This record gives sequence, structure tokens and C-alpha cells, in this order.
Amino acid sequence: MTYRSIVLVKQVPDTRHVTGEVMTADGTMNRSALPAIFNPEDLHALEMALQVKEQYGGTVTVLTMGPLQATETLRQALYRGADQVILVSDRKFAGADTQATSYTLKCAIDRLGAFDLVFCGRQAIDGDTAQVGPQVAEKLGVPQITYAESILSLADGEIVVQRAFERGTEIVQCTLPCLLTVTASANQPRPPSVRQRIACKEAAAPGEYPALLQKYPAYASAEALDADLARRGLKIPVWGAADLTVDESLLGLGGSPTQVHKINFVVLETTESKEIPPTPQGIHGLIEELVREYVIG
Amino acid sequence: MAENFFLDNPDLQFRLQHLDLSEIVEIKEQGYRNHAQHPAAPRSYADAMENYRLVLEVLGEICAQVVAPRAAEADEQGAQFHDGQVEHAAATQDALRALRQAGLTGAMLPWQYGGLNLPETIYQMMMELVARAEPGLMTIIGLQETSSAINEFADEDTKARLLPRFARGELTGAMVLTEPDAGSDLGSVQTKAVLDEASGQWHLSGVKRFITNGCADVHLVLARSEEGSADARGLSMFVVERDETVRIRRIENKMGIHASPTCEVQYTNTPAILVGKRRYGLMRYAMALMNGARLAVGAQAVGIAEAAYREAATYASQRVQFKQPIAALPAVGRILLGMRGEIEAARALLAETGYWVDSLKAYEQRLAESEMPDPSLRQRQKQAANLAETLTPLSKFYATEMGNRVCYQAMQIHGGVGYMREFNVERHFRDVRVTNIYEGTSQLQIVAATGKLLGHALDERLAAWAAADYGPELAPLRQSLAEANALFLQATDVLKPQPRPVIDFYAVDLVQMAASLVCAWLLLQDARLDERKRLLARAYLAEYLPHIHSAGQALLAADAAALELLA
Repeated sequence: MTYRSIVLVKQVPDTRHVTGEVMTADGTMNRSALPAIFNPEDLHALEMALQVKEQYGGTVTVLTMGPLQATETLRQALYRGADQVILVSDRKFAGADTQATSYTLKCAIDRLGAFDLVFCGRQAIDGDTAQVGPQVAEKLGVPQITYAESILSLADGEIVVQRAFERGTEIVQCTLPCLLTVTASANQPRPPSVRQRIACKEAAAPGEYPALLQKYPAYASAEALDADLARRGLKIPVWGAADLTVDESLLGLGGSPTQVHKINFVVLETTESKEIPPTPQGIHGLIEELVREYVIG
Repeated sequence: MAENFFLDNPDLQFRLQHLDLSEIVEIKEQGYRNHAQHPAAPRSYADAMENYRLVLEVLGEICAQVVAPRAAEADEQGAQFHDGQVEHAAATQDALRALRQAGLTGAMLPWQYGGLNLPETIYQMMMELVARAEPGLMTIIGLQETSSAINEFADEDTKARLLPRFARGELTGAMVLTEPDAGSDLGSVQTKAVLDEASGQWHLSGVKRFITNGCADVHLVLARSEEGSADARGLSMFVVERDETVRIRRIENKMGIHASPTCEVQYTNTPAILVGKRRYGLMRYAMALMNGARLAVGAQAVGIAEAAYREAATYASQRVQFKQPIAALPAVGRILLGMRGEIEAARALLAETGYWVDSLKAYEQRLAESEMPDPSLRQRQKQAANLAETLTPLSKFYATEMGNRVCYQAMQIHGGVGYMREFNVERHFRDVRVTNIYEGTSQLQIVAATGKLLGHALDERLAAWAAADYGPELAPLRQSLAEANALFLQATDVLKPQPRPVIDFYAVDLVQMAASLVCAWLLLQDARLDERKRLLARAYLAEYLPHIHSAGQALLAADAAALELLA
């Protein structure tokens, strides 16, 4: 049995490198001041999909919704072994909250046809909502397993997955097709393969052809480049609203019920301090308190 | 930006950008016809250079993000030995897996075996990156070079059986030369190779010591195949695929490179395959193997030095004393500048050496392929061989001594805290120490280089560099170096007719002088291309021209009085 896997990934600003210059006066983020990266937990989702492919056979298709620059994330997926990548991109998709985003991704998955597994990262480091994966599952009408840490078995149309929580694990079983959101504890994502890195270095969406023609003057024209990339499987398809069966009122800003009303800076202040005596009893008391408050345990 | 040891290193990128491997790559890639069968093979020289850059980018990312963050852990845990088995540190195992997954194993092997057909010059850059992250790991991955020797010298069956597995990262290698009583003097190797005439099968018996990665799957073993012989002419090279007759007796407890297991290996009637011809084991095959490894160790020293320099520069910019960062103190600034100059000089020297080694291999390949070779090709092959043989020991000597000096200074800049285990520089200091000891001590490199230098092996290059146009701004530096050239030639002629003990006594001055002179010329070449390099060349010459002159004066005097004290 082989499996058709779809991985949903997102290009995000690298919030690990937030500095004073990145935050604007109104409390929002100047995204252009931060490098764009592959959302870290999505790499774990991709790794899980690639491992399923290696173990059972099948295909891995990677989808991302975003502007043209998001092709870099798709190339990163190709370098790691994805079979097919698709950019879902249209001005009409812009300004989407999690609901409009998950609707758009659902429509793109519909166009792909039958699938067995959808993998998402648990959450993205920019919005931290962890909502898109679950909403896509809802809209596709398939079961979802969030916080997936490992696939314990996969056979006969059923999957058994271990879920990770702060204080333990849970093992669940469900039928295929289904959607998994994957945690960072799931695996060690593989690095790009150098052969793939070389073989896929020209992979591009048509919007990137002008830059590519400058870099590789050997191509006589955009048509010649397009034909060569298509022949070598390196042309990244771009699906816009017109390419999908969609209700346009549910897309982008107009399809987003979420409105940012106000952003507050929250400054955590030290209010009281407590001295713990450096004795076995003191330490024991501290541990008990931390367990009670669910800090450790 | 995501951490990347290649992309954060402008000098390494400069070196790659200014390599001219066009003729070499054209020959290696069969006129770019390989691309038809192998999608990762280049379609043109520009394509090849871009691919090399991508290889270094991928490796640089793994080194910075996977390997380096766990280098202290790999050092702390080290390779372990239990019940006859060697176990790598967990961090080393994970790093090896990442390198395997990235397809960076067997990178120098030809496409047909699943390699990337990389030139030596690029491979050295890879080794520098790995060593900057974790020099113990570098020895394990660097010993993939044994597969290149198998490719060059072994029979077709052995190649077909082993090389694809090396390229997939399923096999690791070891070069098994040293014995308890045969270290620098490899001609006295005792391990026995016995041929069963009836079956044609060789068997090895004996004990080898100080074997880096001796727990590897495939060993290249130097053994005495000619019974009754006592010198190098009785030695042959063998491939051993490790089985139960190969016993690891212990691993060494070392000062540094803890992740690299240094094994004592015992062979008991172990089946082995002869590599190439009998009696050529040391002179031909082990020397070829060692020459490659010597450059790799030179690159290893540069990598460690780079790591130590960065630690020192960061520390000096943050540590405030006397109300200012200590980097602002001229005495400290001078040390930092000196470190940087030496690192970039060593990198230039290694790249130059790599160029001639790659040229030699490419010309040899072309000579082997053509029935009626162009006579000028043979001439160029000779020139490349001459320079490869001269520059290899010179580079190994210079880079590894430099690495030690830089790590010493990096610790000095840290002051007391640098002496503490918590700081990385303490580890770099321990790790770099072996580089001028193993793969031939500095003293052996000096012997190898001296023979060539006294034969005027460098004259033609020195003259060519002096004849080049450096523009008006650099003309005074060119003039100073041209004068240093003359002094070097004069010193060579004074030393050459001296008795052997006098030559050996002063050889270190000659080799040091040659290394500094070559580095100075290479930096002056770079200075034509880049403003930053122009300043660096000036600083380097200001520091080292006096050293060149002082070595020259010692050689011109060649005073034998000191030898009397030794008697």
C-alpha cells in the first residue's frame, strides 16, 4: 500500500531574530526586516511525510499559500525530496485570517484530487494560532489528529498515532484519509540533499523567470526557459482563485471574520519574591509547588 | 539569517569565487557530457562552479545548525569503547546521519559510483567547514578519502562492490599504516601479508596502532608482503573489509578530537585484497593516500583556527576592561589582525596547492585517455607534479603550525576564562594540537619540502609571481617581495652544498621562509582583486617580511657551530 501525502507549509518571518528595529511603533511587525524561513514545525511535518513515503512508497505534494517569494519554501521542500510543489497565490487571497486561509487551502487540496494523509506543522511561529490545520480538516470533512508525535502503524486504511502533551502521551487510531498536525518532538528534519539542491536549483514559478533569465543567460527566451523547466519537472505551478473552485466571498480579507482591534504590550513584572532555603525540605517544597502549578510534572 | 558556516565566511567565498578550475573541470567532467546521465552533473564550467557553491552552502548549513551546536557535547562524551566495539558519541552519530542524508559522503567519487566528482580543492573547503564545526567528526568524514584511493588504485571488482556503498554513506574508511614501532618510519612496518598460492588469497596478521577511525568498515592496510625484506620495498597495500578476524583492542584516551576514535587494531589471518602492484604499498599508494590526507589535515587546522579566531574576536569585542572593549587595545587588536592574516594566508596556500593537485590528476587522466598525447601536456603534467609535491608538505606544515599559533593566541585573548573548560577556545586549543603531529609531523613535512626546495622546485612560480603586474599602489610591495625572492634563491644555493646534518639543521628556516614567501605572493595576488585584501596583504607583509629576512640571514650564515653542541 502506498500513500498520497499532502504537506501544508508556510513561509514565516524568523521571529527568533526579532530586534527593536523589527517592531513598529503601533506594535505590529515589519516583516521585511526579518528573514523569511520555512516554518520550523512544518519541516517536521514534511519529514514525517517523507518517512511515510520512504517506508511505504507513494508521493509527497507540498502546498503553500503566500506571495511569489514563498517559492523559496517550496524549493526547500524539493531539496528534501518532495515530489511535487504548488504555490497557491492570488491577490484575492491576501489578508486572510485562519478561516479564509484554511478555506483556500481546502479548495487547493480539492483540486489535487484523492489523498490519504495531510500533514501540517502544529503551528506557525508568526501567528501561533495552531488553527489552520484543524480548520482544513473540518472543511475537508476528514478526521484530525493534532500534536502528532509519531506514527505507530499505518495499514489497512487505518493509522495509529502517538500524540504528545505537556504531561504525557495519548495513542489514537483513526481511518484514512485524515489530517495530522505534527510537533517539533516528532523527528529530526533531514537537511537538504545536495544532489536535489543541485538538480532543482532552477525550480521556479513563471513570475520568477525574469530573474532566472538574468542569472542563466544561456536560455534564449522565457519560452525556452519555461519549456526546459517544464520538461525537467522544475516549473512550480501557481494556482490562483481562477484555478480553483471557490466562493470568492470566502477568500482573503473579505472572507476573514478576524479583526485586529488593538495590540497591547504586555510587560511581565516581578511582583513578589520568595526565598527557598537550600535544604532538601526547601527544594522538595519548591518541586511540589511547581508540580501543583503545572510548571513541571 | 539562518546560521551557515559557508555563507558567514567572506574569505572562503572569495577563495571559491577566484578559483580557476576551468581546464580541470572540463577534463573531469568529460567535456560536460556527464550531465546527460547524471542530472546533478554540471552542464558548463559556470554551472559546475555554482554546483560547488551549493555543495558548500548545504554543508555550511549542516555544520552550523546540526554539528557545531553539539561540538562541546561530542568532545565531552567522546567515542566510547565497550566489549571490543567502538561507539560514537550521540552527537557524532546524528551528525554523520545528517551528512549521509544530505548526500555529502563519497563526494569526490566519480558520478558512475554515485559520487559528486568533486575536485580536491573543493573537498578541502568542505573539510575546513566540518573541522570548524567539530574536528573529531572531520577525521571520520575525511577518511572517506580512502574511497578515492580505492577508486584510483584498486581492481574493478573491488571498486564496483565498495564505492557505491561509500557514496551512499554506508561505509566508512580507515588508513591503517602506523604500528607501535613504525610511526614516522613507515618503512619498518611489520604486519605480515601472506599469499596462499593455491587460492590466490592474501591474509594479514599483525597489530596496528594509533589508527584513526580504526573501527571503520573498510581498511586500507600497509603490510609486509615480501618475506625477508626489511624496508619500504617489501610493503604492499591491501583492502580489508572488516570481519571477525579484525579485533579492536582498545581506543586511546587523547588530549583532543575526542569524537574521533583512535584504535589499536589486530589482524589475525584476515582475508585481504591486494591494491595495485606488490612492493608499491608505501612509495606509491600510501604516499598518494597520505598526500591527500595531509591537505585535508591542513584544511582541518584552518577550520579550527577559524573557529578559535571567531571566539577570540567576539570575546574581545564584548569584554570590557579599562572602560573599553579589549579589542580596541592596540596590543589585542594586533593579535587579532595577525590571526586573521595567517588564516587567510593558509587558506590561499591550500587553494593554490589544491589547484596543482587537481591539475596533476586531470593531466594524468587526459594522458591516460589519449593515444597520442600532446607533448606539451606531458610537460604540464610534470610541472603540476613538481608543484603538488612541493606545496603539499609546505601547506601541511604552514597550516597546522598556523592553527596552533592561532589557537594559542585565541586563548591568550580570553585571558583566564579561556583556560576554563566552559569556553570553546579551550577545546579548540586541545583539538588543534594533533594537526601538526598526525599525517606526518611538521618535521617530516620539512624533510619532504626541503628536498624539493633545494631542487629549485618553486623558482618558476616565484619568478612568475614577481613578473606579474600589481598596479602602482602595490608596486612597492611587489618590489620588496622580489628582493625576498632573490634572498631565498641565494639562501637555497648556500644551503644546498652543505653536509647533510647542516641541511637538516637549517631546513626549518628554509621551509618557513618558503612558506611565508609563497603566502605573501598569494596575498599580493588577492590584493589586486579586493580592497579588504589590499589592507590585509600590507599588514601581512609588514609582519612577515622581517621574518623572511631573518630566516634568510640564518641560512646565509649556515653556522655549523650549533651542530657541535648536538654531537
